[in-house]
Amino acid sequence: MSQVSETTVDRAIDTSHMKVSKTDVAIDVVNMHKWYGDFHVLRDINLKVMKGERIVIAGPSGSGKSTLIRCINRLEEHQEGQIIVNGTELTADLKRIDEVRREVGMVFQHFNLFPHLTILQNLTLAPIWVRGIPKAEAEATAMHYLERVKIPEQANKYPGQLSGGQQQRVAIARSLCMQPRIMLFDEPTSALDPEMVKEVLEVMINLAEDGMTMICVTHEMGFARQVANRVIFMDQGQIIEQNEPEAFFSNPQHERTKLFLSQILH
Amino acid sequence: MTDIGFVRSAMTDARPAPRRTSGVGAWLRKNLFATPSDAVLTVLGVIFLLWVVPPLFNFLFGHAVGPNGTVEECRMPEAGACWAYISSEMEFFIYGFYDIPQHWRPNIVFALGALLLVPLMIPKAPFKRVNAVLFLFVYPIVSYILLAGGVFGLTPIPTEKWGGLLVTLIISVVGITLSFPLGIILALGRQSKMPVIKTLCVAFIELIRAVPLITILFMASIMLPLFMPQGMTVDKLLRALVGVTLFTSAYMAEVVRGGLQAIPRGQYEAAASLGLSYWKQMYFIILPQALKHVIPGIVNNAIALFKDTSLVYIVGMKDLLEAVKTKNDTALEWQSANTATTGYIFAAMVFWVFCFGMSRYSMYMERRLNTGYKR
Repeated sequence: MSQVSETTVDRAIDTSHMKVSKTDVAIDVVNMHKWYGDFHVLRDINLKVMKGERIVIAGPSGSGKSTLIRCINRLEEHQEGQIIVNGTELTADLKRIDEVRREVGMVFQHFNLFPHLTILQNLTLAPIWVRGIPKAEAEATAMHYLERVKIPEQANKYPGQLSGGQQQRVAIARSLCMQPRIMLFDEPTSALDPEMVKEVLEVMINLAEDGMTMICVTHEMGFARQVANRVIFMDQGQIIEQNEPEAFFSNPQHERTKLFLSQILH
Repeated sequence: MTDIGFVRSAMTDARPAPRRTSGVGAWLRKNLFATPSDAVLTVLGVIFLLWVVPPLFNFLFGHAVGPNGTVEECRMPEAGACWAYISSEMEFFIYGFYDIPQHWRPNIVFALGALLLVPLMIPKAPFKRVNAVLFLFVYPIVSYILLAGGVFGLTPIPTEKWGGLLVTLIISVVGITLSFPLGIILALGRQSKMPVIKTLCVAFIELIRAVPLITILFMASIMLPLFMPQGMTVDKLLRALVGVTLFTSAYMAEVVRGGLQAIPRGQYEAAASLGLSYWKQMYFIILPQALKHVIPGIVNNAIALFKDTSLVYIVGMKDLLEAVKTKNDTALEWQSANTATTGYIFAAMVFWVFCFGMSRYSMYMERRLNTGYKR
């Protein structure tokens, strides 16, 4: 559990006004199974995410956390069960996959910015060529989000000239430029130096405060406590336990969860 | 008592690096006489140059007969290269048997080509898109009409008469511009998840790569007519073009595939997660990075193609080298000890100038596109 960290942001975060919808389902995963060859990576996953939820998925490495969120925008294919995102069921149909991807932003552990394009071009490419937004408008939107992640002055640099934390903030801004309804975070701070973790978490908290539906695979337990409305614990491709963060950390039920928490929290 | 505690009281300012020993002596020591074996190699190298360069210089310049010389001078026993022969037969080397009064037509084609290609290669030149469309789509049609004739009152000139540098350039320019996109499509096809497309591409690439170019040209000229219906012929130049293009595209495909494999999976995933379709992912994200990685390989193939054009003599085309050879063998009025050698040196020099130009241009492009501070 070397990667687990307890970074917190030094300000009170008021989650009371982050509204979780009671009726709008953002993501519905029903009896979902996935295999890599003969290996059963995800087993009987059932997960209903309401609009406005902030979910943290925790668990030991190899537990299928990343695979699960990668299935939600079809970077990985599931073999059984259903995944319904914003009312669209994911099948092999490319039209549906594109439809889902347009509405679901994803942030990766290793940023995956496009190194041959400037920051501004990274941000405007998809809005222009997927959404068909005019260039000037797309650039205005891009600058708006760059200001929100506090690096508008980097707009004309290339990704390689930025620090890891800056790159990850650009990656978040790039997803936001598509105006997604859901954001997926796949270990967004795991590849960052401790000093840079905070600046990325700050951006994610701002997003949560704006009411974004978020699923974060992360080892940042401080973030889970401060921001999440639900923590999901996975092991061996299954959801073992889920609860509100307070109850999850203070009163875990399953033996595996207790063991996990005892190893990471001192 | 060990004192391991330490607190820095003053920060050290950055200083300029210490001065390197400079001057001619230092340079010589560092580059030519660093070690005893270096010294030996330097001496051997100088001896070799002294042995080779003066006679070569004398042959090419010192004792050579200038462009305005006569055949009698070339026949003198001590005469070097016979440049008079080259200048006298230059028209044949450039146009082959193309009708002499019509030489203005290839000249316009040359001039148009240079006019369109040069701004296309200068990154700062404006109107890139218009320029590219003109070069790739309009120019070939105009060139064909001009060269072949038969319309607009232009005398028809069959491709059998085209020759020399004209043919070399036609085949290499067409071959390079067609084999490049074809190679990209084959490389993408080879990576396709659709089994039929993948198999077709793999089969094509492996078949073509396993056969020498000579064989392909030979097949095109001897075998193809056997399969054609009676009386139907395919133009010789066209056969050569198709053969050379297909051959090079298979090699291009493998070079491009190498570039595609160098792109991390995260780039595909990031592009996909933004909702970009397959072709947009390829066009905007994957290919620009992949092709940049393999510029040396692509140019390698372009240079190889340029030189391989000399093999089209197999189908009876007279490219530059074949034109020189023809004149060497038949120009009795220029017969002398060094005529043939001079002809071949001339051909070699022309090939070298074009290939070296391509090589330098590719290095320039590599530097220009080097934005990738890799992370």
